[in-house]
Amino acid sequence: MEWYALLIQQVINGLALGSVYSLIALGYTMVYGIIKLINFAHGEIYMLGAYFGFYAITVWKLHLAPALIISMALASLLGIVLERIAYKPLRNAPRIAALITAIGASLFLQSAAQFTFGANFKPFPQVIPFKRIALGPAYITNRQLIMFGVALILMVVLHIIVQYTRVGRAMRAVSLDKEAAMLMGINVDRIISFTFALGSSLAAAGGILVGMYYNRIDPYMGMMPGLKGFTAAVLGGIGVIPGAVIGGLIMGTAENLVVAFGSSTFRDAVAFAILILVLLLKPGGLLGKSENEKV
Amino acid sequence: MPILEVNDLHIYYGMIHALRGISFTVEQGEIVTLLGANGAGKSTTLRAISGLIPKTEGEIIFEGEELGKIPAHQIVGRGLSQVPEGRRIFATLSVEENLLLGAYLRKNKKEIRKDLHYVYKLFPRLLERKNQRGGNLSGGEQQMLAMGRGLISRPKLLLLDEPSMGLAPILVREIFNTIREINQQGTTVLLVEQNAALALDLADRAYVLETGEVSVEGDAKTLAQDSRIRRAYLGA
Repeated sequence: MEWYALLIQQVINGLALGSVYSLIALGYTMVYGIIKLINFAHGEIYMLGAYFGFYAITVWKLHLAPALIISMALASLLGIVLERIAYKPLRNAPRIAALITAIGASLFLQSAAQFTFGANFKPFPQVIPFKRIALGPAYITNRQLIMFGVALILMVVLHIIVQYTRVGRAMRAVSLDKEAAMLMGINVDRIISFTFALGSSLAAAGGILVGMYYNRIDPYMGMMPGLKGFTAAVLGGIGVIPGAVIGGLIMGTAENLVVAFGSSTFRDAVAFAILILVLLLKPGGLLGKSENEKV
Repeated sequence: MPILEVNDLHIYYGMIHALRGISFTVEQGEIVTLLGANGAGKSTTLRAISGLIPKTEGEIIFEGEELGKIPAHQIVGRGLSQVPEGRRIFATLSVEENLLLGAYLRKNKKEIRKDLHYVYKLFPRLLERKNQRGGNLSGGEQQMLAMGRGLISRPKLLLLDEPSMGLAPILVREIFNTIREINQQGTTVLLVEQNAALALDLADRAYVLETGEVSVEGDAKTLAQDSRIRRAYLGA
């Protein structure tokens, strides 16, 4: 392959994978925006979303689209329950307490998944027959197209919800000033639940898309994408929704380029190199507010 | 029956006894003002009425209903809205979005449109800036926006916390004229204010708070002549 063909190919691969990082990053950034918590269990919601999709397809014999919707709905419920049980009691506790709880919740969900579904990976059913489409000197697969397309549709829907609906307006109000939001009659607890539901459903969609893309799922599959989604959110500016989208796409592309032109050993290292660089050079992220925030 | 009745209200912030048993009433159609120095407990009183802080003891009765156990977000739906100290505009939301949040609990879109027009008529400057971010408005405009946002829920009782704070005298006069107008159109007003002269001029009755207690109360015009008040709050 010529170098430019390889470049184009890796950018295509990177954007497809990056769109899933964006979906994950959106959940991190929305939850952070509203309760200033890094929900480290978010990667496990992504993993469980993939399992929900797996069972919807294999046990209920559903096709991809309905499986996606069912998995997103279940993940929403899971997100709401997680927030109620693990985070809500700590709403007024020091932030470090909630953060440690989030790590605990992450380990708990991982172990619970291992216990329930087994530690071995499961082959993700091939609902979509593999096809390759020529795109100039490179190729794009139909699965990449689905991945990118579904992610794009979900992001547009999210944008509409956040910017143009009553509940989206309430979300933005709560993220800016909870007390003033209460004076408007907004039930802050319910908006926080809604935010968890929304973020979790996006993560679940990401889990299924990646399960389909790599043909396999396992109980630990959420760890790396979770960290990469988090890095993408920080890269774009945590709390800033468009930042999460851009951050995810950059992460995915950077990762694939490093693998193609460097070494696949650095596949995961590149994410953390980016995280360190962002924290050193532009702690607010690409689209973030410049003022320093107390943590 | 008064629209609002506060009886022997006590509030603690941790160990600090911020309100030491204050009592007052607001009658339908009145403008009542709570005066007092910084830290006297004025804002604390309003925050307790709106349910933002829990009371330790006493009663807050709005239209015959005890508000003590009702969560803050359900209070505005009962017809009691607060324009908080420092305005608390949602800075990255547009002026119109801020106003629509004021109407968050209302369902009838046509009625909301009508009240949006009413607010824009009351504060024409908000109409000019309706698509700008709330945070980009001047202090005076933000105060207008905060009041509009409080009014659009159609409250029976409007709580105003320091509406004159940080504003140029000419704007303060404009804001106070609007408060009078709002009141004449039927909204009862409970006003917390540091500018005692202006507040006494506007209000029907006044209560003076000192270190968490009501020290003086009475008819606003009489209090404005009272030598103790004049010395302590009017700089005379």
